Amino acid sequence: MRAAIVSLWNSAMPVARRLFGRKIVLAAALVLLLVTGVAVLYPLLSDADPGAIEIGQRLHAPSLEHWAGTDELGRDVMLRIVHGARYSLLIGVVTAAGAVLFGTLMGMLAGFFRRLDAPLMRVVDAMMSFPDILLGIALVSILGVSLWNVMLALVIVYTPRVARVVRATTLVLRELLFVDAARALGVRTPKILCKHILPNLMSPILVQVTFIFAYAILAEAGLSFLGVGVPPDIPTWGTMIAGSLDYADRAFWTIFCPGLAIVLTALSLQMLGDGVRDLLDPKLRKAA
Amino acid sequence: MLRFLLTRLAGAVVVLAIVAVLVFALTRLASGDPVALLLGDQATTADIAQARIQYGLDKPLPTQFVLWVGELLQGNLGQSLFLQRPVSQALLERAEPTLFLALFAVGIAALIGIPAGMSAAIWRGSAADQAVSSVAMLGASIPSFWLGLILIQFFAVRLGWFPASGYGDPSASFGERLQHLLLPALVLGLLNSALIIRFTRASMLDILGEDYVRTARAKGLPERVIMVKHVLRNALVPIVTVLGLTLALMIGGTVVTETVFNLPGVGNLVVRAVLRRDYPVIQGTLLVIAAIYVFINLGVDFIYTLVDPRIRLEGK
Repeated sequence: MRAAIVSLWNSAMPVARRLFGRKIVLAAALVLLLVTGVAVLYPLLSDADPGAIEIGQRLHAPSLEHWAGTDELGRDVMLRIVHGARYSLLIGVVTAAGAVLFGTLMGMLAGFFRRLDAPLMRVVDAMMSFPDILLGIALVSILGVSLWNVMLALVIVYTPRVARVVRATTLVLRELLFVDAARALGVRTPKILCKHILPNLMSPILVQVTFIFAYAILAEAGLSFLGVGVPPDIPTWGTMIAGSLDYADRAFWTIFCPGLAIVLTALSLQMLGDGVRDLLDPKLRKAA
Repeated sequence: MLRFLLTRLAGAVVVLAIVAVLVFALTRLASGDPVALLLGDQATTADIAQARIQYGLDKPLPTQFVLWVGELLQGNLGQSLFLQRPVSQALLERAEPTLFLALFAVGIAALIGIPAGMSAAIWRGSAADQAVSSVAMLGASIPSFWLGLILIQFFAVRLGWFPASGYGDPSASFGERLQHLLLPALVLGLLNSALIIRFTRASMLDILGEDYVRTARAKGLPERVIMVKHVLRNALVPIVTVLGLTLALMIGGTVVTETVFNLPGVGNLVVRAVLRRDYPVIQGTLLVIAAIYVFINLGVDFIYTLVDPRIRLEGK
């Protein structure tokens, strides 16, 4: 057990050192850690209610007491951003996980089995011929407005993207010697897929996770803005902006601050994804 | 060459057929009866049944699908439930702002993206390269409606340089229209330049590694001549491709921006249709936009084969 931990540590350290060697990637990782940490811990440690309405405190500009000011109902914008982070991050995680799960399955099947390739990929092509946001609003309008339906719609929107990437890599992997060798040894196809193909797909999948995480946060905000996203009573960064639209002229901070949270998080995720891609790219090239 | 194009055309037709099935299935799976919504609370059950027959909603789903595709092939996208006009007419009326906005935005994106991507490639690894890459990533991290709201606050509300929303009077001149479109086009152009920057940089770097560039350098040609004559001209093909694809994506991707700036375009039409469950309009818009995307893709492939003989020969 101890030996296993030591060996894992020894193999992980050089990778981490290379990944975080670029200062900007390290900064991105720290920002994400901070956002996640605050989102998870703060509501546990403080019982301040993000929905507490104080009409006397309406539309106050940012101050020491209210770091990001107050909104049209006197609610503390910063407190709502912190609570909203839980929902926005949840949407990002669930969407990325769902899209990766279904996309990987689709992509592996299409890439490995020639007969399935054309039919599956034409469906992927068809789904990708709708612009993301248009498909998103059509799906949410049909499923109905709710937190889970937004996630379901976004999973459907981003699954084809993962499928395409996974298929392309699987096509390369399928032709490699170790797959031939496994087949020659009589390893069954499901086992080849799980033990030989899947582990080698991890790097492109990891990159997709970070990007889809970021896109999902952005897409949720867009959908909520259009009124076909998360219901307004749930504080996500998107619904906060959507809810304060009419006050943009008088209280700019009510839309500016939640948007800044979106930009910071999405940017950090993409920077991290980019760092991971740079790190893993040479390996991919070798495989090809 | 002909065979290559025919294969691609057949592929596009298959994709469009799947698109039609998806669009049909999508709107029929919906919860909420559009007819009941259309007729309001006053309608009796008999009224609703009558209207369902009138709109053909009483027939079995496969029959509805066949009838619908038959109409589509005759260019009939159906009748809007709320606008008292055919969907195709509603789309045509809304096409102009969306088309101009998309073209304008792609122009801005190209104007930013191509020079930025070129300089990032030429000075690869430098501080400028990293700055360009970071800015490109920033562009992909900003919600378009949020940037739109900020620009409206700053340039329209505070400074009063541009109209905050709308598309001007019906009789407005082209210049006035452009003024209305500048801010939304700036939003879309800035945010979509990221892809063009990345693409330009990558395709320039590809060409910079070619032997003939080394030969040109060895001949002692000035760097400027090499960059323009040898590198940029060859890098242009993929760049034009990505411009075409950006335009295709933009035509349907203007939904949010049109809503922020209250532009009477296709995006605005579809958002209202979604809120009212006007299924024929949703179906028609999704279908037309997906078809435009597929055909622009096909057109890009076609241009590609004309410009680059390698692709033409590969098909043989």
